Parts: sequence; C-alpha cells; structure tokens
Amino acid sequence: MQFFFEVLIGGLLSGVLYALVALGFVLIYKASGVFNFAQGAMVFFAALTFVGFQEVLPGWLGVEPGGAAVFWLALILACLAMVVLSIATERIVLRPLVNQPQITLFMATIGLAFFIEGLAQGIWGANVRGLELGIQDEPIAWMAERTGIFISSFDVFAAVVAGVLVAVLAVFFNRTRVGRALRAVADDHQAALSIGIPLQVIWRIVWAVAGFVALVAGLIWGARNGVQFALTFTALKALPVLILGGFESVPGAIVGGLIIGASEKLAEVYLGPMVGGGIDSWFPYFMALLFLLVRPEGLFGERHIDRV
Amino acid sequence: MKRIQRSLLAAAVMAAVSAPAFAAGEQYVGLPSYRVGPYAAGGSGIFGGMIDYFKLVNERDGGVNGVKLTWDECETEYNNARGVECYERQKKNGPTGNTVVHPLSTGITYSLIDKATADKIPIISLGYGRTDASDGRVFPYVFPLITNYWSQNTAKIKFIGSKEGGMDKLAGKKIVNIYHDSAYGKETIPVLDAQAKMYGFSVTHIAVAHPGNEQQSQWLQVRQAKPDWVILRGWGVMNPTALKAAAKIGYPRDKIVGVWWSGAEEDTIPAGDAAKGYIAAGFNVAGANYPVVRDIQKYVYAKDKGNMEDKSRVGSIYYNRGVVHGIVTVEAIRKAQEKFGKGKPITGEQMRWGIENLNIDNAVLKKLGAEGFMPPTKLSCANHEGSGLVKFQQWDGKQWKVITDWIESDQKLVRGMIEESSAKYAKEKGITPRDCSKEM
Amino acid sequence: MLYREAGQFKTSYGADQQIFPIRQDRIAMAAILAFFFVGVPLLANQYWLQAILVPVLIFSLAALGLNILTGYAGQLSLGTAAFMAVGAFAAYNFELRLPWMPLPVSFVLAGVVAAAVGMLFGLPSLRIKGFYLAVATLAAQFFIVWVLTKFGWFSNYSSSGVITTQKMQILGYAFDTPVRQYLLVLTIVAVMAMLAKNLVRSSTGRAWMAVRDMDVAAEVIGIRLMHTKLLAFAVSSFYCGVAGALYAYAYLGTVEPEGFNLDMSFRVLFMIIIGGVGSILGSFLGAAFIVLAPIFLNVTAHGLFAGNIPAGLASNLELIVFGGLIIFFLIVEPHGLARLWQIAKEKLRLWPFPY
Repeated sequence: MQFFFEVLIGGLLSGVLYALVALGFVLIYKASGVFNFAQGAMVFFAALTFVGFQEVLPGWLGVEPGGAAVFWLALILACLAMVVLSIATERIVLRPLVNQPQITLFMATIGLAFFIEGLAQGIWGANVRGLELGIQDEPIAWMAERTGIFISSFDVFAAVVAGVLVAVLAVFFNRTRVGRALRAVADDHQAALSIGIPLQVIWRIVWAVAGFVALVAGLIWGARNGVQFALTFTALKALPVLILGGFESVPGAIVGGLIIGASEKLAEVYLGPMVGGGIDSWFPYFMALLFLLVRPEGLFGERHIDRV
Repeated sequence: MKRIQRSLLAAAVMAAVSAPAFAAGEQYVGLPSYRVGPYAAGGSGIFGGMIDYFKLVNERDGGVNGVKLTWDECETEYNNARGVECYERQKKNGPTGNTVVHPLSTGITYSLIDKATADKIPIISLGYGRTDASDGRVFPYVFPLITNYWSQNTAKIKFIGSKEGGMDKLAGKKIVNIYHDSAYGKETIPVLDAQAKMYGFSVTHIAVAHPGNEQQSQWLQVRQAKPDWVILRGWGVMNPTALKAAAKIGYPRDKIVGVWWSGAEEDTIPAGDAAKGYIAAGFNVAGANYPVVRDIQKYVYAKDKGNMEDKSRVGSIYYNRGVVHGIVTVEAIRKAQEKFGKGKPITGEQMRWGIENLNIDNAVLKKLGAEGFMPPTKLSCANHEGSGLVKFQQWDGKQWKVITDWIESDQKLVRGMIEESSAKYAKEKGITPRDCSKEM
Repeated sequence: MLYREAGQFKTSYGADQQIFPIRQDRIAMAAILAFFFVGVPLLANQYWLQAILVPVLIFSLAALGLNILTGYAGQLSLGTAAFMAVGAFAAYNFELRLPWMPLPVSFVLAGVVAAAVGMLFGLPSLRIKGFYLAVATLAAQFFIVWVLTKFGWFSNYSSSGVITTQKMQILGYAFDTPVRQYLLVLTIVAVMAMLAKNLVRSSTGRAWMAVRDMDVAAEVIGIRLMHTKLLAFAVSSFYCGVAGALYAYAYLGTVEPEGFNLDMSFRVLFMIIIGGVGSILGSFLGAAFIVLAPIFLNVTAHGLFAGNIPAGLASNLELIVFGGLIIFFLIVEPHGLARLWQIAKEKLRLWPFPY
C-alpha cells in the first residue's frame, strides 16, 4: 500500500510537470485557435537561451560565473528573447495567415518548430548542458524516515511553481482588462474586433505569455533532464494531457496532467510487467481516448453544438 | 508534375555545379554526419574527432604514404531515408569512389547493408549496428569493429563479478537491466539471460519508452526489486534522466553500469551531482593527455584548422571515439595500400581487404600515440569484431576516470550466439557463407 | 490558346464522365506517363532512381493515402507511419510464413491488414473530431510501434527486432536492379493513383467530401457516417500499408519498427499540406517537395559554405530555411502546390489573350 501511494504521489507530481507544458498550448489555442506545435521547440529554445546566456554573460560582464546576478540577468534576457520571438511570430507567421483553416495554421507552427530548433542550435551549438536551479533533486529526508515514502524536494518545488503559475494566469484572465479582452477574443474573433479589441496586440500578449510559460517549463525540465534537444519531446507528454483536459481550459490542463501522470505511472508499475513494460509511450493516449469517448471535447473543453 | 521536373532540374543543376572537386590521387571518405536534431551532440563530437584525425594525418604525415585524405559531409539528421540518400550521393565521389561508410546510426547501418555489399563499399559500424555482422563469413562488407554489444555485455558481467569478489559470488545476486525500448535496447536481453543461467544470478528487464525523459515508474520498480547492480542501456536523454531518477530513489550510482552510448560527458553533465560515481563501459577513454590528441592540438588546432566549434570538447568521450574512427580508417587504408600499391588511392573493395586484415597491436598503438586510448584490434575473415575489449570508467563529478584495464569478453558464449543469428540471416537471405580457409 | 476546352464536344454520358474530360489533359497525362515509364529509366542514373525517385514515389503513395483520409474525408490523422509499418511487417510475414505467396498478393494482403488496423483505430472518429482526433491517432502511432517492437513474432524473433525483406520476385522475374525496382514501384503507384482518382469522384468520394464539409449535414441527407468514415480509414490505411511494404521491399530492404516514427507521420502530413489537401496531384507534388527540399538545401549549403562556416551551423541553417520555406509556402499559397497548377491552368486557358 505504501508503494502504491509512492507511485501515486510521484505520478501526480510528474503530472504537474506535464501540465506545465500543456499550459502553453492551452493559452495559444484559447486565444487564437492555433494548435501550436512549436510549443515544444519554444521550451527548448527558452531553456537553451537561458543556459547560453548564463555561459556567456560572465565573460561579457567580467564577473564570476554562477552568481545570483548572472542567473537573474540571464533569466531576464531569456524572457526578452521569448517576447521578441513571440512578436516576430505574430507579425511574420500569424498575421498573414488570419482566417486560414486550422490545419494550415497548425502546419505553419510545425514549420515554425523547425525554424526555432535550427535557430536555437545554430546560435548556441549542439552541446548538451546541465542546468542548476539550486534545488536538490533528492528525497525529502524527514518524509522518507517517517513514512518510508520517497518524494523529491525538486518535484515539490516544481509543483508549487506550476500551482503559482496557474493561479497567476487565472487572476490575469479573470481580473484584468487584458484578460477580459483575451477571453472575448477567444469567444469570437469578429465580435471582439467589432467592439474595438485590438486582435493583434492580444495575440502578441498571448504568445509572449506562452513564451514565458515555455521558459518556466524549460527551466524545470532542463534542470531535471539537462538542456538538450530532447526538451522538444516534452510536447509529446503534454498532448494527452491536452486532449483529456480540453484544449481551451487552463484548469483542464492541471487536472488532465494529474490524471495522466498518476494513471501513466500506476499502469507502468502494475500493468507494465504483464505485457513487457514500456507502455507509458502509448498508455496516456489510450487513457485520454477513453475519456474522449465519454466527453468528446475533453473534460473541461467547450461543448460545440453543430448546426446545419 | 511540372514542378517536380523543375525542382528535379534545379537540384540536378545545383548538384552538378556544387559537386566538390576532388583531386586525383586523393583518398575519399564520404561522411554521412548529423549535426542537428536530438543526437547532434554525439554526431558533432564523433565526426569532429574523425575529421580532426584525418586533418592530422594530412598535416603531419602528408597523408597515408603521400595519399592525402579527402572527405565531405552530408547531413542525415539521423534519419534512415536521408542516410540512404547521402550514401548514394557520396558513393561515386572522389577518384576511387567512397572508400568506407561510417553510418553512425544503427538504423542507417541496417538500411545500407544490402546496398553497400552490392556496391562493394565496406561499412564500419564502430560500437553500434548489427551485432551478428561480426560473423564475416556472412557479412563480408560489414565491420562492427572493436567490440559489439554482446561482447560488451559479457565484459560488464565480468566487471561486476570482479567487484563482487569473483564470478562464483554472482550466484544469487540480483541485476536489473534498464533498457531503451527499441531494437537497440532489446538487443542484449538474450545474452544477459544466457549469462544469468550460467552464473546463477537473477535478471529483471525493465523497459523505458522512447525518448525516456520520464522514468519515475521504472525506478520505483527498481527500488521494489532492490537489485545489487543496475545495467543501464540507454540512449540520449534517457541517460541523465535515469541517473536523476536513481538519485531520487536513493539508489547508489556506483552500482549502475552503463553501455558506451550511456557513458559520455553528454550523459552525465546534465544530471549534475546525481551522476557522481556512475560507471560506464567504453572502448575508448576520455582525456586529452594522449600523444595522438596532443598532436591534434599541435598540428590542427594550433593552426586554427580544427573542426570543433567548442574546443573544450577535444578529449571528451565522443570526440575521442571519433579519433578512434579516424585511426581504424587510416590504418585500414595503410594496410590495403601495402597489398595494392603504396601511394595510390584504393577502392572500396581493396579497403574491405584492408579492414579485414587490420592488425592494430600494442606496438602500432604506441607508434600512433594511442596506447591505452583504444584496445588492440585484430580482424580476420571470420571475425569482423576484432577485439571485444572494454575499459570501465567512472564519473567523478567533473570527468571520466578509468578504473579498470581492458577487460576481456566471453567470446565463447558470444561467438556461438553470433553464429547462430548470422546463420539464420544467411538462410533467410539465401546467402552462402564464405569459406574462410580459402581467403587470404 | 494551348489549353482550350472549346470545341471538344461530348456526345454521350460516358464521354462526359471520363476521367480526363479535356483532350490536353489526356495528352499531358500520356506524355508524363511515357516520360516516367520510358524516359526516366533510359536517362536517370542509379542515384536518381534509388535515392530520389523511388522514395518520392513511395511517399507519394503514402501521401495519397493520407490525402484520402484528411483531404477528402476530413479526418486528421497523425498515425500514417504506423499504418505503413503494419504494411511492411505484414508483407514480410506473409512472405516468410507462406513462401509460395506471390509478392503482389502479399502487398495487397499487407494493405488489407493495414486497412483492418486502420479501421480499428478509426472507430473513435465516430465520436471525436478535429485535433482531438489527431491526437487520438497518435495512440495508434505509438501503440503499433510498441507492439511491433515488443512482440518478437512480428520480426521472426530476430535479436534486434529488425526485418530484412526477402528478394523481390514475381513469376520468377527478379526485381533486383534499380531500374526494375523503380518500374515496379512506378507501376504500383500509377495504378493506385488512377484508382484513387476514380474513387474520389465516385459516390464514395462524394460522400467523403460531404462528411468533410459538415458531417452533421451529411448525416441529415442520408449518408451513413459510420460506414463512410470507416471506409475512409480503411482505404487510406490500405494505401499507407502498400506504401509501407514498398518502403521496406523496394527502398530500404531492412527496416526497424522505430524507423516508422512520429517524425515520418508528420513528414507525410507536410506533404499533403504543402502539396494540396484534397488533391491527387498535390500528393505527388508535396512528396517531391518534402523529399527533395532538404536534399537540395543540403547540396546547396555545402556548395555555398563549404569550409567557410562550421558544418554544424550549415546544417542548422538548412533546418531554418526548410522551416521558413514551409511557412512561406503556406502564406503564399495556403491551398498548396496543386493550387498553383490550377492557377497556371486558368492562365493557360486564356493565354496569350487574357482579358
């Protein structure tokens, strides 16, 4: 039983990490109806830019590497880079493609993913790098002693970060002017335009926020697995979360993440050995599929009513 | 259709215009490299090392007996179809065609075996590719040089045995094999099972789905099993993730033994402190303190002609593995020239003879400045592996430290399995194995 | 002037319903077929045949399959490569276990197996739509590759899980040279493309398009949704399965399950979007573009930058330009390359006296 809880808690914590990546997808889909396949590439680009700046800044400024100043400056610069990237994306890719079918926009984001991947490795090189956030990725000692359950302090930290991020985004969406405009845009582009909401500004903001979310996800995943090309694969972990939670729902991403994370781990541990293991490549998709058969628009997705 | 023709035409024109000019009298090697994508770090390190060694031979010795080496790169993106295109594009280059192919991807190696055999161009798959191709009677043109996965695995068990205080102490021990759930990862399962039976230890295989960036459930299973040793058969991001996950459940890293594709700086640096103490096999060692690497610094980098963008990677595991690729290529060319005429470029077919009769013993290694850098290697018509020796290295948090001498593999077991597997392949393909007693 | 339909009268329904109603189209088609069947084998060298034309044709077939599903029936799928894998492994096993089976029959049966698997994974489409369905087809992608890797039976228990195809022989005639292999692939692709062209203008094709445009409306006018959608999945997977079998037999010779990865599924999807969604011609143009563009860029980059910039940067530039090209094409012509050809036809109709 104790083992069961360990697997469950571990799964829930990983689920939060999946949700972090899924959030970026949700934001963009909600505001512009674009299924942004480049989100994984953005996670990679953000993390690599941050680590890259961390490497070069000490040389430029003439300070010791590893200081707090370098860390925060690199973070700010990486943030700026994501904003620039988002604005450029809106201007160069999205604006000319307004009113195109979803699949065309989806395709454009795949082109964008190639572009960003090439850009990231072109600028910073193909080296695999470590990323240190200063938080131990080891079991919390007192917990391991008392309950025998091993839970990494880093996973708890990541969960807290994700929780704060979701709370901030929720406030941003529900309580600010921009947030309200954003929801209006998500509801109906044309209606929003007609009451004077600047669509393009909104899109830029959304993409920039998604870029910021990508940076946070990149830092946390980068600290776990190293900053390398494989960060783009984190998108694959986020997709089942998305379908389960619904493309348009921020809370859906979190709940979806928790369900997927927990069920994936439990399945791998309890079902995996029966069929030879390695089932977590497809199990989350089947899980999501099962949910979809009951609710075709995801748990929290908006129900569409088809009219002829 | 028009567009197809136009783009075909344009590509043809481009290909004609930009076909690099290779001077007569040079020895051409086509390099299907990959410098983008998930495995770019490995590709740039290994191809960088190989090119730097070629440059060293050209700069320091003026080529092989005066025959300068020449090469060009073709980007494969680690993709099988692109790799085949690169092979086809490069095979006619140079005065004598492509000498030898280093696909540096198991998938591309598989795709090329038939084609290269038909074209009479040898494939060197150093530490990857098709294990049963070690049987040169069935695979005359394929050379999984130095050591293959099965040999390496038996050496690993030997290493574990020596750590436990003798092979007889292995009985009753528990080993977990964490593997990448792919053709590559699954390949050592049969040999491990055979050894488990032989020595009386128990082995549990746990699969990690590609890409392996999340392994918590697998390592919780490890913690349940409480194994004495863990064998890590990973690739790419799976390796640092495994080390991190091991740290997370408190499994001691110095009880984890990795394959050589899990044992580079790229696998440990991202894991940070979690990698400290981790052990990996290798058929080449890390470090810039070998005469051959120092010569590369002196003759190539001092003139600012080096291939590596990041010079600090010179002497890293992947870079040095590239140098080993360079050494075996150049020595095989030298061997072939001895038979087919010194100072003349050789063909792929002649190169095949050169590789098959390669004998890099300790004296040669000493002359090359690579003693202890790579194992002595001697091939024959039947044995396309050549050595089967590996060293074990331990990550001390900053760099890889060699902790053993060359450890021999259990060729008796491995060879039997290889011959069984290659015979099956020969039967399926209708190949009559060569009679090695008639070869010279 | 050159491309004028005026004066070509149809006097029977049969004539009006023929597949290429315009004479110029028929001539062009015959010329193209003649060129590819006779001209290319005479002109092209082994590199062009084996490294360029064969993969372009095979991917065209796969793109054709996906185009039937996505372009005509409107069901987005990201599992193309997995269905190709089913075809490849099925053909291998038919030939292995039933050695008397003629190769073309194995290919057809491989397609049938792929169609069955495709139908199974098409079931969710009855309830799920759009991107939700696309992500659901990813389940097929990962599951099928996992099954082929996990269960040794599919690869005849080879230690590394790869299959090496048997020699291609039809009625004792061996397809062992590049020209023969090319002609075999070309014949299969040409026949299947012709079938597809006919299929999409039949009542089945029209039902697909009705479902694509609005499935609720289609249901209202009496189209059986389940039947139509599953048929689209079956036919599409059949094409992909045959393409997969050809990919293994006529192109690579040895394939591993992981070779049919998600990346390949995406590549086929690019082909139909760049080429033209809902267009047979577009499948060919798109496949040619996606296969050739990276090679072209690679050759160009090496020609331009050889030795001047680090090789890593050159390779990354290729990727950047490739991504940029995709975006550029989508902006310039969101309906794909096939649409450009249509525009050209419109222009040709009036040329040289446009009004």
